Amino acid sequence: MNRSGIRFWIGATLFLAAALLMTQVIGNQYPFFACYVILQFIVLAVAWSILGGYAGYVNFGTSAFFGVGVYTAVFLFKAVGAPLAVQIAAAAVVGALMGFALGLLTLRMQGIFFSIATIALTIVIETSITNWRYVGGAAGIQMQRPVVMEPFNHYVQMLFFVQALLVVLAVAISRYIQNSWIGRGLQALKDDELAAECTGVPTLRLKLLACVISGALMCAAGAPAAMYLQYADPSSAFNLNYSVSVLAMSLIGGTAHWAGPVVGAILLGTTQQLLTVTISSEVNVLVLGVMLVLFVVAAPEGIIGLIRRVRRNRNEGEG
Amino acid sequence: MDLLLDAVVIGVLLGCFYAAVSLGLSVAFGLLDVPHVAHPAFLVLAAYAVHFLNENYGIDPLVAGLLITPLFFLFGLAAYRIYYETFEKRGSDAGVRGIAFFFGIAFIVEVLIILQFGVDQRSVTAPYVGQAWRIGDMRIPFRLLVAFAVAGALTILLTLYLSRTFMGRAIRAVAQDQEALRLMGANPVWIKQWAFGIATAVLGIAGALLIIVAPVEPTLDRTYIGRTFCVVVMAGLGSMTGTLVAAIILGVAETIVLTLFGASWAPAISFAMLLGVLAVRPQGLFGRLS
Repeated sequence: MNRSGIRFWIGATLFLAAALLMTQVIGNQYPFFACYVILQFIVLAVAWSILGGYAGYVNFGTSAFFGVGVYTAVFLFKAVGAPLAVQIAAAAVVGALMGFALGLLTLRMQGIFFSIATIALTIVIETSITNWRYVGGAAGIQMQRPVVMEPFNHYVQMLFFVQALLVVLAVAISRYIQNSWIGRGLQALKDDELAAECTGVPTLRLKLLACVISGALMCAAGAPAAMYLQYADPSSAFNLNYSVSVLAMSLIGGTAHWAGPVVGAILLGTTQQLLTVTISSEVNVLVLGVMLVLFVVAAPEGIIGLIRRVRRNRNEGEG
Repeated sequence: MDLLLDAVVIGVLLGCFYAAVSLGLSVAFGLLDVPHVAHPAFLVLAAYAVHFLNENYGIDPLVAGLLITPLFFLFGLAAYRIYYETFEKRGSDAGVRGIAFFFGIAFIVEVLIILQFGVDQRSVTAPYVGQAWRIGDMRIPFRLLVAFAVAGALTILLTLYLSRTFMGRAIRAVAQDQEALRLMGANPVWIKQWAFGIATAVLGIAGALLIIVAPVEPTLDRTYIGRTFCVVVMAGLGSMTGTLVAAIILGVAETIVLTLFGASWAPAISFAMLLGVLAVRPQGLFGRLS
């Protein structure tokens, strides 16, 4: 393992230790409710970037994957009373299959057609769930709190830590992809799919792989959400706001590096939490729209891009 | 059987209305390749403008629609200029960030409507709203007939404009080969800007129809993303007659499903058809492979 790899894993361990320490020290439950949402968005944004950032396929179906994750958990809980870990694992499997199906369905589509197809997929799945009585239909379904395991004393703390684990998993996968041949292949197909294909990059397989990994992570991130809210209903589980928020976070952070979506999700997620609490959820959506437009117009490479530009200028100044 | 006949008749009328709200997108996305996902948001905005004029000044919704048309034309000119300067001119990656840009715009419009008018449903008052025409057992609401007539007129006008006038032909030329147009000494950017203006201006009337046909709410645009893109893609990009036929197919499909399976399945119809068309025949019913 090289030096940056060691630093990364030390950082990840410290992050998990800090999260665990938080659950033991802080007695108030509110910070966990807020931080859970931010962590969930980090997982979603990182997962989105694997397909949307590295491969350049703009997926508007984040809410489809998220919602399917939620409802996989709901279904398993209602049918067999499965524990949380099983719910998350099953959601990841379902998400991988769904990503594979999406990849097969959209093989011939590029650019905006792919994006529109993913929106369409979201609404079709949402409508199917709405008409599925067993999991509550349009009215939604109540969930019981999960059994709290040691060493946590409240279920939100436990879910918070689970989501922190998912963050580390998602970031590690994303980082691995970026530094391996998979990332370089995806980069090539983003720049010019035809040229990549001609030089022997297996574009089709890479695209499917990116869809599968991205889908599995998104679904896994959605699975604990039903227990977190103790409630699930189709119109909020499949809300288009998830798709656009995650897209905005990735673009604001920058998609060229795995850290971009993390930065974007923390920044925008925190802002959204503060705004929702202090003003209203409408203003929250307004800020989302304005930030998205501003960044897309003024800083197309995102924050990571801005930092790189500043560094480059400084280096040129010295040299 | 009667029920099915009813559904087909209503579906055709509804389809013509869908054509009217999709025409603008057919120009913007079909001819100009602008990933205009904010089109339905602009449509809802127009509906609210019509509602405002109708409620405060008692203006007939269709007249109100005509009144806001010039404003929407200017709005469209400005919107394309911004899009061109920030995306098309810079070239690379315009598609990806263009979609994100228009989604941001759509969200901003949505929230501004909520802040101004609230989340309640709004409608208009006019002599033809709420009345119905009876033929035997069949009941056809006047508002659908009005929408049908206006939508038909609008489609014919736009088709004639694109095929008979100088500017209309220039717009179709720019869609075919921008470089060739530049060699002929015309400015493709200005023509595209004009076309986008027309595409947005049509929304004035379309918005009036939207609020005549049914009450509107701020987040209605999300449903119409599916309907309008389904119609435009199914039509084959940029074909006006195709738009009309595709919209009628969608209208009939929606009403039949509504009658047979109930309203809760309705939102998925347009999106499912869109998905099907994209997967099986991406060039649309009337499009050619490029």
